[in-house]
Amino acid sequence: MPAIALTGIDKRFGEVRANSNVNLTVASGSVHGIVGENGAGKSTLMSILYGFYEADRGTIHIHGNEVRIRSPKEAIAVGIGMVHQHFMLVDPLSVIDNVMLGAEGGALLSKGEQHIRAALAKLGHDYGLDIDPDAIVGELPVGLQQRVEILKALVRGADILILDEPTAVLTPDEAEQLFALLRTLASQGKTVILITHKLHEIMAVTDHVSVMRRGEMVATLETAQTSPAQLADQMVGRHVLLDVSKGPAKLGPVRLSVDHLVIKDSHASLRVKDVSFDIRAGEILGLAGVAGNGQKELLEALAGIITPTLGRILLEGEDLSLVAPTPAERRVHGLLHIPEDRQRMGLVSAFSAAESMILGYQTDAEFGTGPLLSSSAIEAHTTKEMDLYDIRPRDASLKTAKFSGGNQQKIVLAREIEHHPKVLIVGQPTRGVDVGAIEFIHKRLIALRDAGVAILLVSVELDEIMSLSDRIIVMCGGVITGERTPETTNDRDLGLLMAGVTERAG
Amino acid sequence: MDIYATLIAILESSIRLCIPLVFACLAGLWSEKSGVVDIGLEGKMLVAAFASAAAAGATNSAFIGLGAGIIAAVTFALIHGFAAISQRGNQIVSGVAINMLAAGLTALVGNAWYAQGGRTTPLEGNARFLPLTWPGAEVIDQIPLIGPIYAHLISGHSILAYCALAATVASAFVLRHTRFGLRIRAVGENPAAVDTAGVSVTRLRYTAVIIAGVLCGFAGSYLSLGQAAGFLTNMTAGKGFIALAALIFAKWRAWPAMWTCFLFGLLDAVAIRLQGVSVPGIGQIPVQAIQALPYLMTVILLAGFIGKAIPPKASGLPYVKER
Amino acid sequence: MSAPIELPKWADVSLVPILAVIVAFLIAGLVVLGIGESPVKATVLLIKGALGSGEGIGYTLYYATNFIFTGLAVAIAFHAGLFNIGGEGQATMGGLGAALVCLRLDFLPWYIVLPLAIMGAMAMGALWAFIPGYLQVKRGSHVVITTIMFNFLAATLVVYLLVNVIGKPGSMSPETRVFEASAHLPYLHEAFAFFGMTIPKSPLNLSFILALLASVFVWILVWHTRLGYAIRTVGHSPTAATYAGISIGRITMITMAMSGALAGLLAVNEILGVQGRLLLEFSSGYGFIGIAVALMGRAHPVGIILASILFGMLYQGGTELSFEMPRVTRDMIVAISGLVILFAGALDGLIRRPVAGVFARLLKKGA
Repeated sequence: MPAIALTGIDKRFGEVRANSNVNLTVASGSVHGIVGENGAGKSTLMSILYGFYEADRGTIHIHGNEVRIRSPKEAIAVGIGMVHQHFMLVDPLSVIDNVMLGAEGGALLSKGEQHIRAALAKLGHDYGLDIDPDAIVGELPVGLQQRVEILKALVRGADILILDEPTAVLTPDEAEQLFALLRTLASQGKTVILITHKLHEIMAVTDHVSVMRRGEMVATLETAQTSPAQLADQMVGRHVLLDVSKGPAKLGPVRLSVDHLVIKDSHASLRVKDVSFDIRAGEILGLAGVAGNGQKELLEALAGIITPTLGRILLEGEDLSLVAPTPAERRVHGLLHIPEDRQRMGLVSAFSAAESMILGYQTDAEFGTGPLLSSSAIEAHTTKEMDLYDIRPRDASLKTAKFSGGNQQKIVLAREIEHHPKVLIVGQPTRGVDVGAIEFIHKRLIALRDAGVAILLVSVELDEIMSLSDRIIVMCGGVITGERTPETTNDRDLGLLMAGVTERAG
Repeated sequence: MDIYATLIAILESSIRLCIPLVFACLAGLWSEKSGVVDIGLEGKMLVAAFASAAAAGATNSAFIGLGAGIIAAVTFALIHGFAAISQRGNQIVSGVAINMLAAGLTALVGNAWYAQGGRTTPLEGNARFLPLTWPGAEVIDQIPLIGPIYAHLISGHSILAYCALAATVASAFVLRHTRFGLRIRAVGENPAAVDTAGVSVTRLRYTAVIIAGVLCGFAGSYLSLGQAAGFLTNMTAGKGFIALAALIFAKWRAWPAMWTCFLFGLLDAVAIRLQGVSVPGIGQIPVQAIQALPYLMTVILLAGFIGKAIPPKASGLPYVKER
Repeated sequence: MSAPIELPKWADVSLVPILAVIVAFLIAGLVVLGIGESPVKATVLLIKGALGSGEGIGYTLYYATNFIFTGLAVAIAFHAGLFNIGGEGQATMGGLGAALVCLRLDFLPWYIVLPLAIMGAMAMGALWAFIPGYLQVKRGSHVVITTIMFNFLAATLVVYLLVNVIGKPGSMSPETRVFEASAHLPYLHEAFAFFGMTIPKSPLNLSFILALLASVFVWILVWHTRLGYAIRTVGHSPTAATYAGISIGRITMITMAMSGALAGLLAVNEILGVQGRLLLEFSSGYGFIGIAVALMGRAHPVGIILASILFGMLYQGGTELSFEMPRVTRDMIVAISGLVILFAGALDGLIRRPVAGVFARLLKKGA
C-alpha cells in the first residue's frame, strides 16, 4: 500500500500550466526525492498535496484512501506535514509557541503547553532533535529553525513529511545531520518526500527519485539504479536544438575581469564564494548552472546593484567599485545589463513602451534638454527601435505589460544594445520568450559579439549556453565548478558540473 | 499638605483623562497585533460617543447608550475590516475615510436631530456613567496621606474606568495565555504560518477588528456619558491619534499601553493645571510644549533614537497566498 | 491601491472615480433622507448655491483653490508610492512661513513681500514634509505615522507661537496683527477692476491662478521631466528604480519636500489672499480632503482640478444649503469626502471589479 498516490494532477495559474497530468506513487516508509529545475512544478505539486492549492483535476490517495485536501488543516488531518522552503515560523515567538500554533489543545495555552513540552522532549530523545522550547525562534540559527519546522510536523502526528529544498539554507554539516534524521524517520515507518534540485542529495539519501520537467513527471527511478548523469539528462531534457550559426570568435583584449569575488546576501549567507573569470572583447562567455546557485547575485554585483563583500570587478583594468560604483555610472562606462527578471527589474510594466525604453537612460542628453524629457524624442527613438527589433505591436504608447514576453524582452534588448555596450551582461535572455523571438535574440547577441562586445550570458537553458558561447563556465553552490568550450563538452558533462560533480564525465 | 492635595487632584484627573485613551489604545493593540493597521480609532470613538449619547438620551439608560456605542463602533470597524481584509484595500486610506466619515456624519446627524450646533441634549442621572463612591470613601478621605488615595484614586470613578482596567487585564491575559491570543500574535507577524497551520487568517483578523470596535465603543461611551454629559462635535479631538502614539510607545503590549496612556493623561492633566501658572524659578511653562510631548516622543521613538518600536511585521499588508 | 484589475484607460480614469462619487452621493442622499429632508431638493439647492450666481462661482473656485493645492500635494507623493497624510500640518506650517515673512517685511513693496511670503509658505511646508521623508529614509520610521504626528506638532507649535511670540499684543484671540496692504494677494475682482472689468465680489484671489500654475507645474514635472520619470519609477517598481540607478532615498526625500511645499501653498490662498493675518486652524480639514481629491482625480492634475471644483461646489453649495436647510450642515461634505475616499480608495475594487466584469462581457460579445 503506497503512502501517497497522485493520479492525473493538473494545475494552471492563468496561462501557466504548473502541473500537467502528474502521476506519483510514494512507497510507505521510504525517502522519495523529487528533482527538477526551478519552475518545473515541484513546489506546486507539493502545495497541492498540502492543501495550499486545489488541483484543477486529478485524485489523491493517502494510504489507499481517496482524500480531498482543500486546506492545510485537512492535510494535517490525514497525516501530512510540510517543511516549507521559506519557513512558516513566527520569529518573535518562542519555539513552543510556534510548535503549538494551530495545535494548542484547548482554549487556554497552559494545558497544551505541558503536553507539547513532553512531546518535544520525547522527540528530542527519539530522534536527537534537541531544542530549547523557550528560545525565541527568530534568534535561532537557520538549522535550528528548520528543526522547529520538522518538530511542528511531527508533534501534529505527521507520518508523511514533505521537505521543500531543505538544504538551501543549511551548511554542509547541517545538511548531513538532516539526511541522517530523514533516514531515521523513514526507518521508523515515516514517509519522507524530499524536493531538491541538488543531485548529490538525491543520491545520498533517497530510495526512489522522480524527475519533473516543465510541469510534467518525466521519470520515476530507483535511486540505486540511476546516476547523477542520467538524472541530469532527465532534468534538462532534450530541447529542440537551436540552429545558431556563428563564425569563429575574433578575440580582443580582456574587457571585464572578475577577481576573487565574494558576495553575501542580506541574510549574511554566502551566495558567491571566490569567483574569478575574464571576458575578452568579441567573446560570449556562457555561465551555466541551476538557478539559485549564485548567478543572480553575481549579475547584480557586476551591474552595481549590490555590493560584493570581497573582491574586485575590473572594466578595462579599472576597478569599478572606485570609478563607477552605481548602476548609472557603470552604464556610462559601457557596462550594460539585461536583467534576468525583466518584469520587476528590466521594465516598469505600468509604463508605456517608450518610457520603458529609456529606463536607466532617463538622464541621457538625447532624450531631452536640461531637466525636461522630450516625449517626441523618446517616442521617435522607440519607434525606430521597434522597427529595428521588430517589436510588436508597433505602438510606443502601449503599456509595457500589454506586450508579450518576447516583445518585452526585445524592448530591453533594444534599449541596451543600442546604447553601445563594451560589456553586456545578459541574464536568462529567452526565459518565457516564444521561439521566433529566441532566434532573433540569439542572432542579435552573436552580431554584437562579432562587433567586438564582451558578453556574459547567464542561462539555465543548456542549449542556449552550448550554441551561443565561445567559452562556458559552470556555477554550483556559489563556486565555479568547471570551465569548458562547447567543442569539448556535452550536456551530460555540464549537467554534472551543474550538480557539483567535478570529475570529468565522458 | 496643599501640595499633596494638588498631587492627588492631578492624579485623579489623569485617571479620568486616560480612560478613553486606554480603551482606544487597546483597540489599536488588538487590530494591529492581528496585522490590520488602524488609524481609524478616532472615527470609531467619535461615532460611539455620538451613538451612546443619542441612545442614552432617548432611553435614559447609560447601559443602553454603551450598547449603542459599541454597535456603532463595531459597524465602522467592520467597514474597515471589509476594506482591509476582504477587499485587500489600502488600510491607511480606509482609516482616513473612517475618520472623515465619522466626523461628518456625527456632526451632521447631531445637528439635524438636536438642532444645538452638533450637541446632543445634556444628559443626567441614569443616562450617564457617574462616579461610583466606594464604601466609606468620605470617612476614609479624612485619614492623612492614605485616605485621599482611597477616596480619589481608587474610589470615585465611573464603572467604565474600572472596565478599562479590566480590559487591560483581559487583553494582556488573552493575548499571552490563550489559544486565540497566540493565533492573533502569530497572524500579525506571519499570516502564512497561521494559514499553513490550518487556521483561517480571515476569521482571526475579523475577530480582532471586531474586538477593536467594541473597545472603541467603550472609549466613545466614556467620552459622552462619563467625562462629558452628552456629545459635542469632534469631541475626540485627536485622542484616537494620541492612543495610536501610545500604542507605538508601548511597543504593542497591553500593560505598557495602559501605563503609557496614564502618562499621556498625566501630561494632559499637568498641562491643564499649569495653564497660566508661573512655576517658581522657571516662569511660565508653555502648555503646548507639554501637549506636544506625546507626539514628539512617538516620532523620536519611531526614528529609533531611543529604543526601537517595531510594529507587527505583517501589519498593513493584506494576506495573499503565494506560490 | 488594491490588486490591479484590467480596464480600458478611459474607464479607469473617468468611469471608476465617477461611479465612486455617485455611490458616495447615493449614500449621502440616504443620510439626508434619514434626517427627514429631500435629497433631490438638497441637491438642487446645493448646485444653485455653488453655481447659481457669480458670487457663488467665485466662492466655489476659492474653495477649489485649497483643494487643488492639497490634492496635488497628496498626488505627487502617490506617484512616488508615498502616502502623505500630513497636508494639514504642512499647510499650517506654510501659514507660519508666510506670516513670518509678512510680519518682518510687510513695509516693503508688494513685489518683494509677496514672492518672499509665497516662498516662505512653500519652504515651511516643504520642511514639515521633508523631515518625515528623511526619517523614513535614514531611520526607517514610516511617513504615514510620522506625518500624522507632525500634524499635531504643527498645530501645537503654531498655537504656542501665536500665544507667546508672534501674536498680536493685547489680543484675546491667538492671531497675528493684520499685515500691511503690500502683503495682500489681490482678489480676483480687484484684479479685474484694475483692468476696468467688474466681476462679483468673492474671496477668490490670485491664488487660483497660482493653483492652476502649480497644476501645470506638477503635470510637467511628473510626466515630462527626468525627475518625474525617476519619481514614477520609484513609485511603480523600486527594483526597477535600483536597476536604473535611481536613488530611492533621494527621490523619497525630494518628493516629500515638494509635496509639503504644495500643501504649504494653501496658506497663500487663506493667509495672503483672504485672512491677511495668521490665525488658528485656517487649514480646517482641507489637507484631508486633498486625499479624496487626489484619489478621485487619479493623481492627475486635470482630474485634481475637476475633483477640486466638485469639492469646491460641495463646500460652497453646502454652505448655502445649510442656510436654506439648516438641518443639513456643511459637515455633510466631510462625510461625503470620507465616502469618496472609501469608494475611490480602499474599496476601489468593489467598483472596479463589476465594471471590469461588464467590460469583459462586452468584449466577448464584440468578438
